Amino acid sequence: MSEEFKIEIVNPEKSFLSKEDVTEVVVPAFEGEMGILKDHISIISFLKPGIIKIFSKSGEENYYVEDGIVEFKNNNLSVLTSSIFNIKDIDKDKISEMLTQAEEHSKNNEITDQNKYLVDQKIDVLKTLN
Amino acid sequence: MATLDDLKKRIASVKSTQKITKAMKMVAAAKLRRAQENAEKGRPYSEKMNNIILNLSSGISDKENAPKLLSGTGEEKVHLCIVLTSDRGLCGGFNTNIIKKAKVYFKKISNEGKTLKIITVGSKGYDQLKRVYKDDIVERISFKDSKTINYLDAEKVGKLIIENFEKKEFDVCTIFYNKFKNVITQIPQEQQIIPLKTLEVEGNSSDDNYEFEPDEDEILSNLLPKNISTQIFKAMLENSASEQGSRMSAMDSATRNAGEMVDKLTIEYNRSRQAAITKELIEIISGAESL
Repeated sequence: MSEEFKIEIVNPEKSFLSKEDVTEVVVPAFEGEMGILKDHISIISFLKPGIIKIFSKSGEENYYVEDGIVEFKNNNLSVLTSSIFNIKDIDKDKISEMLTQAEEHSKNNEITDQNKYLVDQKIDVLKTLN
Repeated sequence: MATLDDLKKRIASVKSTQKITKAMKMVAAAKLRRAQENAEKGRPYSEKMNNIILNLSSGISDKENAPKLLSGTGEEKVHLCIVLTSDRGLCGGFNTNIIKKAKVYFKKISNEGKTLKIITVGSKGYDQLKRVYKDDIVERISFKDSKTINYLDAEKVGKLIIENFEKKEFDVCTIFYNKFKNVITQIPQEQQIIPLKTLEVEGNSSDDNYEFEPDEDEILSNLLPKNISTQIFKAMLENSASEQGSRMSAMDSATRNAGEMVDKLTIEYNRSRQAAITKELIEIISGAESL
Protein backbone atom coordinates (compact mmCIF):
# COMPACT_ATOMS: atom_id res chain seq x y z
CA MET A 1 0.00 0.00 0.00
CA SER A 2 1.42 3.27 -0.98
CA GLU A 3 1.26 6.13 1.39
CA GLU A 4 0.52 8.73 -1.21
CA PHE A 5 -2.45 10.99 -1.74
CA LYS A 6 -3.56 13.73 -4.05
CA ILE A 7 -3.27 17.46 -3.57
CA GLU A 8 -4.82 20.20 -5.61
CA ILE A 9 -4.27 23.88 -5.01
CA VAL A 10 -6.58 26.24 -6.84
CA ASN A 11 -6.77 30.00 -6.89
CA PRO A 12 -9.56 31.99 -8.52
CA GLU A 13 -7.69 32.39 -11.79
CA LYS A 14 -6.54 28.84 -12.34
CA SER A 15 -5.62 25.50 -10.94
CA PHE A 16 -2.32 26.34 -9.34
CA LEU A 17 -0.88 22.95 -8.57
CA SER A 18 -1.96 19.37 -8.82
CA LYS A 19 0.09 16.45 -7.59
CA GLU A 20 -0.67 12.81 -7.09
CA ASP A 21 2.37 11.54 -5.25
CA VAL A 22 2.27 13.49 -2.04
CA THR A 23 3.25 11.78 1.18
CA GLU A 24 2.78 14.58 3.67
CA VAL A 25 1.48 18.11 3.70
CA VAL A 26 1.85 20.64 6.48
CA VAL A 27 -0.63 23.48 6.31
CA PRO A 28 -0.79 26.59 8.49
CA ALA A 29 -4.32 26.02 9.79
CA PHE A 30 -6.08 28.72 11.71
CA GLU A 31 -5.51 27.11 15.06
CA GLY A 32 -1.98 25.97 14.45
CA GLU A 33 0.06 24.05 11.97
CA MET A 34 -1.46 20.80 10.87
CA GLY A 35 0.27 17.87 9.26
CA ILE A 36 -1.82 15.73 6.96
CA LEU A 37 -0.95 12.17 6.04
CA LYS A 38 -2.81 9.61 4.03
CA ASP A 39 -6.20 8.49 5.43
CA HIS A 40 -6.57 11.55 7.58
CA ILE A 41 -10.13 12.10 8.76
CA SER A 42 -12.25 14.40 6.56
CA ILE A 43 -11.58 17.91 7.67
CA ILE A 44 -12.31 21.48 6.69
CA SER A 45 -10.25 24.29 8.08
CA PHE A 46 -9.02 27.80 7.42
CA LEU A 47 -5.56 28.90 6.68
CA LYS A 48 -3.73 31.75 8.29
CA PRO A 49 -0.72 33.39 6.67
CA GLY A 50 2.06 30.84 6.59
CA ILE A 51 3.86 28.23 4.61
CA ILE A 52 2.43 25.11 3.05
CA LYS A 53 5.02 22.36 2.98
CA ILE A 54 4.46 19.58 0.52
CA PHE A 55 6.54 16.43 0.75
CA SER A 56 6.49 14.17 -2.24
CA LYS A 57 8.79 11.74 -3.99
CA SER A 58 10.24 14.55 -6.01
CA GLY A 59 11.26 16.39 -2.88
CA GLU A 60 9.99 19.15 -0.69
CA GLU A 61 8.12 22.19 -1.93
CA ASN A 62 7.22 25.31 0.00
CA TYR A 63 4.46 27.76 -0.76
CA TYR A 64 3.57 30.96 0.97
CA VAL A 65 -0.16 31.57 1.45
CA GLU A 66 -2.07 34.42 3.01
CA ASP A 67 -5.48 32.93 3.42
CA GLY A 68 -7.61 30.11 2.18
CA ILE A 69 -9.60 27.06 2.97
CA VAL A 70 -8.36 23.53 3.12
CA GLU A 71 -10.52 20.50 2.66
CA PHE A 72 -9.44 16.89 3.01
CA LYS A 73 -11.73 14.11 1.94
CA ASN A 74 -11.21 10.62 0.55
CA ASN A 75 -7.49 11.21 0.29
CA ASN A 76 -7.99 14.33 -1.75
CA LEU A 77 -6.59 17.51 -0.33
CA SER A 78 -7.99 20.69 -1.83
CA VAL A 79 -6.62 24.07 -0.97
CA LEU A 80 -8.55 27.13 -2.06
CA THR A 81 -6.61 30.33 -1.75
CA SER A 82 -6.58 33.72 -3.36
CA SER A 83 -2.91 34.45 -2.76
CA ILE A 84 -0.19 31.87 -3.10
CA PHE A 85 3.47 32.03 -4.12
CA ASN A 86 6.13 29.45 -4.58
CA ILE A 87 8.88 30.44 -2.21
CA LYS A 88 11.51 29.64 -4.80
CA ASP A 89 10.04 32.17 -7.22
CA ILE A 90 9.34 34.99 -4.83
CA ASP A 91 12.07 37.62 -4.64
CA LYS A 92 13.34 39.53 -1.65
CA ASP A 93 12.02 42.89 -2.83
CA LYS A 94 8.50 41.59 -3.01
CA ILE A 95 8.76 40.13 0.45
CA SER A 96 10.02 43.31 2.02
CA GLU A 97 7.34 45.26 0.20
CA MET A 98 4.66 42.99 1.60
CA LEU A 99 6.28 43.20 5.01
CA THR A 100 6.16 46.98 5.15
CA GLN A 101 2.57 46.92 3.99
CA ALA A 102 1.64 44.46 6.68
CA GLU A 103 3.47 46.45 9.33
CA GLU A 104 1.59 49.58 8.39
CA HIS A 105 -1.62 47.63 8.51
CA SER A 106 -0.77 46.35 11.95
CA LYS A 107 -0.20 49.85 13.31
CA ASN A 108 -3.68 50.84 12.28
CA ASN A 109 -5.71 50.87 15.48
CA GLU A 110 -9.06 50.36 13.88
CA ILE A 111 -8.61 46.76 12.91
CA THR A 112 -10.25 44.01 14.91
CA ASP A 113 -8.33 41.71 17.16
CA GLN A 114 -8.76 38.84 14.79
CA ASN A 115 -7.38 40.81 11.88
CA LYS A 116 -4.55 42.02 14.05
CA TYR A 117 -3.70 38.46 14.89
CA LEU A 118 -3.65 37.54 11.23
CA VAL A 119 -1.51 40.49 10.26
CA ASP A 120 0.96 39.75 13.04
CA GLN A 121 1.17 36.19 11.82
CA LYS A 122 1.87 37.47 8.36
CA ILE A 123 4.64 39.70 9.62
CA ASP A 124 6.24 36.80 11.50
CA VAL A 125 6.18 34.56 8.48
CA LEU A 126 7.50 37.22 6.16
CA LYS A 127 10.33 37.98 8.55
CA THR A 128 11.47 34.39 8.53
CA LEU A 129 11.47 34.43 4.76
CA ASN A 130 13.36 37.64 4.50
CA MET B 1 -30.79 58.35 -59.30
CA ALA B 2 -27.41 58.58 -57.74
CA THR B 3 -24.65 59.67 -60.02
CA LEU B 4 -21.75 57.42 -60.85
CA ASP B 5 -19.45 59.40 -58.67
CA ASP B 6 -21.74 59.07 -55.65
CA LEU B 7 -21.95 55.33 -56.08
CA LYS B 8 -18.19 55.05 -56.32
CA LYS B 9 -17.78 56.94 -53.06
CA ARG B 10 -20.34 54.79 -51.30
CA ILE B 11 -18.67 51.60 -52.40
CA ALA B 12 -15.36 52.87 -51.10
CA SER B 13 -16.84 53.80 -47.73
CA VAL B 14 -18.62 50.47 -47.29
CA LYS B 15 -15.41 48.69 -48.15
CA SER B 16 -13.48 50.57 -45.50
CA THR B 17 -16.18 49.83 -42.93
CA GLN B 18 -15.88 46.20 -43.88
CA LYS B 19 -12.17 46.34 -43.22
CA ILE B 20 -12.80 47.69 -39.73
CA THR B 21 -15.41 45.10 -38.84
CA LYS B 22 -13.18 42.37 -40.18
CA ALA B 23 -10.30 43.56 -38.02
CA MET B 24 -12.58 43.77 -34.99
CA LYS B 25 -13.73 40.24 -35.62
CA MET B 26 -10.15 39.00 -35.69
CA VAL B 27 -9.31 40.81 -32.48
CA ALA B 28 -12.43 39.47 -30.79
CA ALA B 29 -11.60 35.95 -31.91
CA ALA B 30 -8.14 36.17 -30.41
CA LYS B 31 -9.46 37.66 -27.20
CA LEU B 32 -12.24 35.12 -27.06
CA ARG B 33 -9.84 32.26 -26.93
CA ARG B 34 -8.03 33.79 -24.00
CA ALA B 35 -11.25 34.69 -22.19
CA GLN B 36 -12.58 31.21 -22.71
CA GLU B 37 -9.41 29.70 -21.31
CA ASN B 38 -9.62 31.96 -18.29
CA ALA B 39 -13.23 31.04 -17.72
CA GLU B 40 -12.36 27.37 -17.83
CA LYS B 41 -9.40 27.79 -15.53
CA GLY B 42 -11.52 29.67 -13.04
CA ARG B 43 -14.14 26.99 -12.85
CA PRO B 44 -12.46 24.55 -10.41
CA TYR B 45 -12.21 27.20 -7.74
CA SER B 46 -15.87 28.15 -7.74
CA GLU B 47 -16.92 24.53 -8.03
CA LYS B 48 -14.81 23.49 -5.07
CA MET B 49 -16.06 26.44 -3.09
CA ASN B 50 -19.62 25.48 -3.86
CA ASN B 51 -18.99 21.90 -2.83
CA ILE B 52 -17.52 22.88 0.48
CA ILE B 53 -20.39 25.22 1.25
CA LEU B 54 -22.87 22.55 0.27
CA ASN B 55 -21.21 20.08 2.59
CA LEU B 56 -21.13 22.62 5.36
CA SER B 57 -24.69 23.80 5.06
CA SER B 58 -26.07 20.30 4.89
CA GLY B 59 -24.14 19.52 8.04
CA ILE B 60 -25.39 22.51 9.94
CA SER B 61 -27.48 21.37 12.84
CA ASP B 62 -29.04 24.58 14.01
CA LYS B 63 -30.88 26.15 11.06
CA GLU B 64 -32.18 29.02 13.17
CA ASN B 65 -28.78 30.40 13.94
CA ALA B 66 -27.30 29.91 10.51
CA PRO B 67 -25.44 32.92 9.19
CA LYS B 68 -27.71 35.53 7.63
CA LEU B 69 -25.88 35.34 4.32
CA LEU B 70 -27.10 31.79 4.00
CA SER B 71 -30.56 31.95 5.47
CA GLY B 72 -31.50 35.53 4.62
CA THR B 73 -32.79 38.25 6.86
CA GLY B 74 -36.21 36.70 7.06
CA GLU B 75 -37.68 39.49 4.98
CA GLU B 76 -37.84 40.16 1.29
CA LYS B 77 -38.48 43.86 1.14
CA VAL B 78 -35.44 45.33 -0.51
CA HIS B 79 -33.91 43.70 -3.54
CA LEU B 80 -30.42 44.51 -4.68
CA CYS B 81 -29.59 43.74 -8.28
CA ILE B 82 -26.08 43.63 -9.64
CA VAL B 83 -26.13 44.07 -13.39
CA LEU B 84 -22.87 43.03 -15.01
CA THR B 85 -22.32 44.40 -18.49
CA SER B 86 -19.40 45.30 -20.69
CA ASP B 87 -17.58 48.60 -20.95
CA ARG B 88 -17.56 48.61 -24.71
CA GLY B 89 -20.22 48.51 -27.34
CA LEU B 90 -20.36 46.95 -30.80
CA CYS B 91 -20.98 43.51 -29.45
CA GLY B 92 -24.40 42.70 -30.83
CA GLY B 93 -27.17 41.95 -28.40
CA PHE B 94 -24.81 41.20 -25.53
CA ASN B 95 -25.68 44.11 -23.26
CA THR B 96 -29.25 44.42 -24.44
CA ASN B 97 -29.97 40.82 -23.55
CA ILE B 98 -28.76 41.26 -19.99
CA ILE B 99 -30.68 44.49 -19.59
CA LYS B 100 -33.83 42.90 -21.00
CA LYS B 101 -33.60 40.07 -18.52
CA ALA B 102 -32.93 42.48 -15.68
CA LYS B 103 -35.83 44.76 -16.64
CA VAL B 104 -38.29 41.90 -16.50
CA TYR B 105 -37.09 41.19 -12.98
CA PHE B 106 -37.24 44.86 -12.01
CA LYS B 107 -40.84 45.07 -13.18
CA LYS B 108 -41.76 42.03 -11.14
CA ILE B 109 -40.17 43.55 -8.06
CA SER B 110 -41.89 46.88 -8.38
CA ASN B 111 -45.23 45.24 -9.12
CA GLU B 112 -44.92 43.38 -5.85
CA GLY B 113 -44.39 46.68 -4.10
CA LYS B 114 -40.83 45.95 -3.04
CA THR B 115 -37.94 48.35 -3.07
CA LEU B 116 -35.36 48.07 -5.77
CA LYS B 117 -31.69 48.94 -5.63
CA ILE B 118 -29.36 48.57 -8.55
CA ILE B 119 -25.61 48.38 -8.84
CA THR B 120 -24.27 48.46 -12.36
CA VAL B 121 -20.89 46.99 -13.20
CA GLY B 122 -19.67 48.11 -16.59
CA SER B 123 -20.57 51.42 -18.18
CA LYS B 124 -22.89 50.09 -20.90
CA GLY B 125 -25.36 48.79 -18.36
CA TYR B 126 -25.52 52.17 -16.69
CA ASP B 127 -26.07 53.91 -20.01
CA GLN B 128 -29.02 51.71 -20.81
CA LEU B 129 -30.62 51.75 -17.38
CA LYS B 130 -30.19 55.37 -16.40
CA ARG B 131 -33.15 56.58 -18.43
CA VAL B 132 -35.77 54.57 -16.58
CA TYR B 133 -34.14 53.50 -13.32
CA LYS B 134 -31.92 56.48 -12.56
CA ASP B 135 -33.19 56.88 -9.02
CA ASP B 136 -32.77 53.23 -8.18
CA ILE B 137 -29.13 53.00 -9.15
CA VAL B 138 -27.15 53.23 -5.94
CA GLU B 139 -23.72 52.59 -7.33
CA ARG B 140 -21.99 52.33 -10.65
CA ILE B 141 -18.74 50.50 -10.99
CA SER B 142 -16.54 50.22 -14.02
CA PHE B 143 -13.30 48.35 -14.47
CA LYS B 144 -12.30 50.12 -17.63
CA ASP B 145 -8.76 50.51 -16.39
CA SER B 146 -7.99 46.89 -15.67
CA LYS B 147 -6.88 45.16 -18.81
CA THR B 148 -7.80 41.68 -17.70
CA ILE B 149 -10.44 40.33 -15.41
CA ASN B 150 -8.81 39.86 -12.05
CA TYR B 151 -9.97 38.60 -8.73
CA LEU B 152 -9.22 41.84 -6.90
CA ASP B 153 -11.88 43.65 -8.90
CA ALA B 154 -14.42 40.99 -8.09
CA GLU B 155 -13.44 41.18 -4.46
CA LYS B 156 -14.10 44.91 -4.45
CA VAL B 157 -17.64 44.34 -5.65
CA GLY B 158 -18.06 41.50 -3.18
CA LYS B 159 -16.91 43.63 -0.27
CA LEU B 160 -19.28 46.40 -1.28
CA ILE B 161 -22.18 43.99 -1.30
CA ILE B 162 -21.32 42.58 2.09
CA GLU B 163 -20.85 45.99 3.63
CA ASN B 164 -24.28 46.97 2.44
CA PHE B 165 -25.74 43.72 3.66
CA GLU B 166 -24.31 44.23 7.11
CA LYS B 167 -25.83 47.69 7.18
CA LYS B 168 -29.13 45.97 6.41
CA GLU B 169 -29.54 47.92 3.20
CA PHE B 170 -31.13 45.01 1.39
CA ASP B 171 -32.55 41.55 1.94
CA VAL B 172 -32.10 39.74 -1.34
CA CYS B 173 -29.27 40.06 -3.81
CA THR B 174 -29.36 38.89 -7.41
CA ILE B 175 -26.72 39.14 -10.10
CA PHE B 176 -27.34 39.38 -13.83
CA TYR B 177 -24.78 38.26 -16.38
CA ASN B 178 -24.39 36.33 -19.60
CA LYS B 179 -23.41 32.72 -19.40
CA PHE B 180 -21.12 31.64 -22.19
CA LYS B 181 -22.47 28.62 -23.99
CA ASN B 182 -20.73 28.93 -27.32
CA VAL B 183 -19.70 31.64 -29.74
CA ILE B 184 -23.19 32.28 -31.04
CA THR B 185 -25.19 31.51 -27.93
CA GLN B 186 -24.94 33.41 -24.70
CA ILE B 187 -27.64 32.91 -22.16
CA PRO B 188 -28.57 35.78 -19.88
CA GLN B 189 -28.67 34.57 -16.30
CA GLU B 190 -30.17 35.75 -13.07
CA GLN B 191 -28.62 34.21 -10.02
CA GLN B 192 -29.56 34.86 -6.45
CA ILE B 193 -26.52 35.04 -4.21
CA ILE B 194 -28.01 36.30 -0.96
CA PRO B 195 -29.58 34.36 0.64
CA LEU B 196 -27.67 31.60 -0.99
CA LYS B 197 -29.80 29.08 -2.76
CA THR B 198 -28.19 25.79 -2.00
CA LEU B 199 -29.01 23.29 -4.64
CA GLU B 200 -30.71 20.50 -2.80
CA VAL B 201 -28.97 17.51 -4.22
CA GLU B 202 -31.09 14.49 -3.73
CA GLY B 203 -29.58 11.67 -1.82
CA ASN B 204 -26.86 14.00 -0.66
CA SER B 205 -26.10 11.81 2.26
CA SER B 206 -23.80 13.67 4.54
CA ASP B 207 -22.52 10.57 6.16
CA ASP B 208 -18.98 11.65 5.44
CA ASN B 209 -18.70 13.62 8.60
CA TYR B 210 -16.18 16.36 8.55
CA GLU B 211 -14.06 17.49 11.33
CA PHE B 212 -14.16 21.24 11.59
CA GLU B 213 -11.49 23.49 12.89
CA PRO B 214 -12.68 26.01 14.13
CA ASP B 215 -16.38 25.06 14.33
CA GLU B 216 -18.86 25.02 11.47
CA ASP B 217 -20.47 28.35 12.14
CA GLU B 218 -17.22 30.19 12.15
CA ILE B 219 -16.04 28.54 8.98
CA LEU B 220 -19.32 29.20 7.28
CA SER B 221 -19.48 32.82 8.27
CA ASN B 222 -15.98 33.28 6.93
CA LEU B 223 -16.58 31.32 3.80
CA LEU B 224 -19.83 32.92 2.67
CA PRO B 225 -18.40 36.37 2.02
CA LYS B 226 -15.63 34.76 0.01
CA ASN B 227 -18.18 32.82 -1.92
CA ILE B 228 -19.90 36.06 -2.95
CA SER B 229 -16.69 37.39 -4.44
CA THR B 230 -16.11 34.06 -6.12
CA GLN B 231 -19.56 34.07 -7.66
CA ILE B 232 -19.04 37.60 -8.92
CA PHE B 233 -15.67 36.65 -10.30
CA LYS B 234 -17.19 33.68 -12.07
CA ALA B 235 -19.90 35.91 -13.52
CA MET B 236 -17.25 38.36 -14.70
CA LEU B 237 -15.27 35.62 -16.42
CA GLU B 238 -18.34 34.21 -18.11
CA ASN B 239 -19.33 37.69 -19.10
CA SER B 240 -16.00 38.52 -20.70
CA ALA B 241 -16.02 35.32 -22.72
CA SER B 242 -19.60 36.02 -23.76
CA GLU B 243 -18.75 39.59 -24.69
CA GLN B 244 -15.97 38.54 -27.03
CA GLY B 245 -18.07 35.75 -28.50
CA SER B 246 -20.96 38.07 -29.06
CA ARG B 247 -18.74 40.70 -30.60
CA MET B 248 -17.12 38.16 -32.85
CA SER B 249 -20.39 36.91 -34.28
CA ALA B 250 -21.77 40.46 -34.54
CA MET B 251 -18.70 41.61 -36.42
CA ASP B 252 -18.78 38.51 -38.58
CA SER B 253 -22.30 39.23 -39.76
CA ALA B 254 -21.45 42.91 -40.16
CA THR B 255 -18.58 41.95 -42.43
CA ARG B 256 -20.87 39.70 -44.42
CA ASN B 257 -23.53 42.36 -44.70
CA ALA B 258 -20.97 44.86 -45.89
CA GLY B 259 -19.86 42.37 -48.52
CA GLU B 260 -23.41 41.97 -49.75
CA MET B 261 -23.83 45.71 -49.84
CA VAL B 262 -20.67 46.14 -51.89
CA ASP B 263 -21.93 43.54 -54.36
CA LYS B 264 -25.27 45.25 -54.71
CA LEU B 265 -23.72 48.68 -55.12
CA THR B 266 -21.25 47.38 -57.67
CA ILE B 267 -24.06 45.96 -59.78
CA GLU B 268 -25.92 49.24 -59.56
CA TYR B 269 -22.75 51.10 -60.46
CA ASN B 270 -22.11 48.92 -63.52
CA ARG B 271 -25.71 49.16 -64.67
CA SER B 272 -25.80 52.91 -64.52
CA ARG B 273 -22.39 53.11 -66.21
CA GLN B 274 -23.71 50.95 -69.05
CA ALA B 275 -26.92 52.94 -69.19
CA ALA B 276 -24.90 56.10 -69.56
CA ILE B 277 -22.82 54.61 -72.38
CA THR B 278 -25.91 53.31 -74.18
CA LYS B 279 -27.52 56.69 -73.85
CA GLU B 280 -24.48 58.39 -75.33
CA LEU B 281 -24.37 55.88 -78.21
CA ILE B 282 -28.02 56.45 -79.01
CA GLU B 283 -27.43 60.17 -79.02
CA ILE B 284 -24.48 59.82 -81.40
CA ILE B 285 -26.28 57.43 -83.75
CA SER B 286 -29.45 59.48 -83.91
CA GLY B 287 -27.31 62.56 -84.42
CA ALA B 288 -25.52 60.88 -87.36
CA GLU B 289 -28.81 59.67 -88.85
CA SER B 290 -30.34 63.09 -88.91
CA LEU B 291 -27.53 64.43 -91.05
